[in-house]
Amino acid sequence: MSQTKQYCTFYLHGLYFGVEVLAVQEVLRHQPMTRVPLASATVQGLINLRGQIVTAIDLRLRLELPPRAGGQLPMNVVIRHADGAVSLLVDEIGEVLEMADDGLERPPETIRGAARELIKGVYKLKERLLLILDTDKTVCLPAA
Amino acid sequence: MAINNEALQQQLINDLLMESFEGLDRFDRELLAMESGQSRPDTLNVIFRVIHTIKGTAGCIGLGKIEALAHTGESLLSLLRDDKIKPSPALIAALLEYSDALKAMMRCLEKNGQEGEDDYSALVEKLKTLQTEPAAPKPVVDSGWGLFEDEPTEPAPAVATIQAPAESPAPATPVVTEAAEPAVTNPAKPAVAEKPGVVAEKPGTPAAAPESAPRAAGSISESAIRVDVGQLDKLMNLVGELVLARNQIIQYLGKASEPMLLSAAQRLNLITTELQESVMKTRMQPIDNVWSKFPRIVRDVAHELGKRVKLIMEGQETELDRTIIEAIKDPLTHIIRNAVDHGIELPAARAAAGKPEEGLLILRAFHEGGQVNIEILDDGKGINLARVKQKAVEKNLLALDQAATISDREAMNLIFLPGFSTAEQVTNLSGRGVGMDVVKTNIEKIGGSVDLFSEAGQGTTLKIKIPLTLAIIPALIVTSGGGSERFAIPQVNLLELVRLEGEQVRKGIESLYGSPVYRLRGRLLPIIYLKQVLAGRQKSPVPVEFGPANDRLPGEGLGAENESVNIVVLQADGRQFGVVVEEINDTEEIVVKPLGKQLKGIACFAGATIMGDGQVALILDVLGLAQEARMISETRDRALTEKPEEPARRDERQTLLLFNAGENARLAIPLSTVARLEEFPLKTIERAGGQEVVQYRGQILPLIQVSQYLPQPGREPVRPDPVQVVVYSESGRSVGLVVSQINDIVHEVVTVRRESSRQGILGSAVIQDRVTDLLDVPKIIRAADPDFYREPKAGA
Repeated sequence: MSQTKQYCTFYLHGLYFGVEVLAVQEVLRHQPMTRVPLASATVQGLINLRGQIVTAIDLRLRLELPPRAGGQLPMNVVIRHADGAVSLLVDEIGEVLEMADDGLERPPETIRGAARELIKGVYKLKERLLLILDTDKTVCLPAA
Repeated sequence: MAINNEALQQQLINDLLMESFEGLDRFDRELLAMESGQSRPDTLNVIFRVIHTIKGTAGCIGLGKIEALAHTGESLLSLLRDDKIKPSPALIAALLEYSDALKAMMRCLEKNGQEGEDDYSALVEKLKTLQTEPAAPKPVVDSGWGLFEDEPTEPAPAVATIQAPAESPAPATPVVTEAAEPAVTNPAKPAVAEKPGVVAEKPGTPAAAPESAPRAAGSISESAIRVDVGQLDKLMNLVGELVLARNQIIQYLGKASEPMLLSAAQRLNLITTELQESVMKTRMQPIDNVWSKFPRIVRDVAHELGKRVKLIMEGQETELDRTIIEAIKDPLTHIIRNAVDHGIELPAARAAAGKPEEGLLILRAFHEGGQVNIEILDDGKGINLARVKQKAVEKNLLALDQAATISDREAMNLIFLPGFSTAEQVTNLSGRGVGMDVVKTNIEKIGGSVDLFSEAGQGTTLKIKIPLTLAIIPALIVTSGGGSERFAIPQVNLLELVRLEGEQVRKGIESLYGSPVYRLRGRLLPIIYLKQVLAGRQKSPVPVEFGPANDRLPGEGLGAENESVNIVVLQADGRQFGVVVEEINDTEEIVVKPLGKQLKGIACFAGATIMGDGQVALILDVLGLAQEARMISETRDRALTEKPEEPARRDERQTLLLFNAGENARLAIPLSTVARLEEFPLKTIERAGGQEVVQYRGQILPLIQVSQYLPQPGREPVRPDPVQVVVYSESGRSVGLVVSQINDIVHEVVTVRRESSRQGILGSAVIQDRVTDLLDVPKIIRAADPDFYREPKAGA
């Protein structure tokens, strides 16, 4: 029962999030993006990732957090997904943490909105909480 | 013998599947050739070998059921091959069924790795009966035959010609030489040699020791290898990247002056282009890959319906991209079925029409202008336009008054409407009303077009044009949204570019009830503004620019700050429209990349591409764009009113209504004088004041039998019911002109060739390449009703 997983962590609006390292293809600085008219606001644009076209999702909007302050360039956490790569735009990248599986707790029932669906668990770290995202659900946008 | 290694087993199964599907298609083809009496000398060897290979391989990897079934057929075939039995229709039908059964098992194997639970014992029984049925007097004894060789001591080893097997002592040599090869390469074979006699007695027992049975020794040579399609796709993607990198380098090269660098870049450019072409070629497949299934389909459908159809295929070697082959498979199959089911008549009907009893179906494919053309011709009964219209009216796809007025070409296009089918009876083959619209949509989806031509009684021709490839397409790059956003428009949708400058900017684009239009050579072209469409009307904070009450010219809205307006004239779904963009940049070969599924719901975009500077640009989906702008209604009804026209000589054109009356074949009057076209049931016609009248919109409409006032009055013994009436109006009074049939409405340049002194005729003109008389309506009315032009009497 002492199995562990590695999590790639990042910050969003002061919150500390993590996704499984195995789901992450790479982490990139801010990339130039092409806006997609008519798309849902969550889709920030398209990124050219070495010839591969990657849809960038603003994770703040996806999680119904307030928008990023102007001038603050987001970082890309590129997620591997069955239908091609998807980039999650985050505020800042944290470190990779190795966590024991049995430390993961179910998110409190009181979480509301999109977060309730997307956060699959919580780790209680010493100084803060680490929220683990369900990547599959995160990259699937609700029908606009 | 069990093979433990699972991966190896799977590999073997995959090989078996691939070989078998190919083989069984060949099997079908050869059988059909045999049935039509066109078999080649080695036909039987070919089909025998197919089955034998399946049996051998299946046995080798422990697929007992397939092996057993293959075995049964093999026994029968070997009897056939050795001329012990003669091919008969029943035999061929059974063999086709047999091939289906094998295919079904293979498919099952492909899907779930199992042979399936289907029971084929009835088929096995049938095959067994067929083995014993024929007059095979020679007792099949112990002869230890080689697999593909004929029994050496057999006196007449005729393998070949089916039509006259007895009389033709076909030379056995070609057969032997061809067949001898595998015998040499597989020394173990004699041990497995088939003994048809023994097998015929106990067909249930699986052949012994099949593991050493040979693989197909056919024509698989060293010059060809099988490559995983995924591998090719990856290669194609990489070449796409290379093309992009090349474009980037060439862009930067403008600034460089280093001669070495320039020449290196030049070489890179050439090599890339060549590589792109070569890789593209590897993905090309002959259209025969799809067509090879058609003889079988045609045969089955024709048999079921009791028709006789000869299928001729031309240009089988025409090559298409793999993805396109996939995309056209179903539409083509549907068209072929339709042609046999609806197009070609029953033999008796054909004979009655003076046509050969055997119907002709021609498939033709060829390259032309960077596109692939596919034509499907039949010499059947053609499309009955009257019935098409009637059906369309019945199904509420067309209003009754429209039915009388639409042109033949428009009527033809009704077939492509969703929910349309003219089949008298819904058969299980076609005619479920989910046909041609799907065909059209599917072909348009890959950037192709469908055209239908038909002549009643003579046959139907369908012309399909499709692009060679979908992966790399030429496109026009335009900008919108402040010059920063670039979009690619596929060249296939592009008709022309119009640039308005100076004064034209303000005057060129007019507002029609708030919808901007542009007069393109006298024709109204609806205009949309890319910026607005992409801003999204509902979500956009920008106010809707041109409401119905807004008198402001659209040009002022968007074009004024620029000195010019660029209109890209596009075509989608048979409709043309103009898109105003900020800037027109260049045409470029772009690599089409799919969008992530987060963006799949947006109809405006067909995909994305990477531009020379590494930025992503979206590819516009012209059809989707038009739909987004409400340019094309979903039911496509507006396409009906659209007419293809040559832009030239537009201004002298007249719109004429063509009809016949009595024995006067072709008559015309200007459409502008026609108020309406009506049909009145015979029983509503009354008589008043010695004249035929009908009650029409609360008034009494006098009727004039046009044919009575013309040179050839005609007898018209039976009046049609309902009668066709052209309502002619002048200064508030109407009269109904009774004609026999409304034919068409044409826009044509009318030059009266011959003045006429004949009564009721103004003159003759050539319209649609046929001489047509122009009716002198006032004269006829005056003759029929002298009071018509008089001022109504006071109190009358």
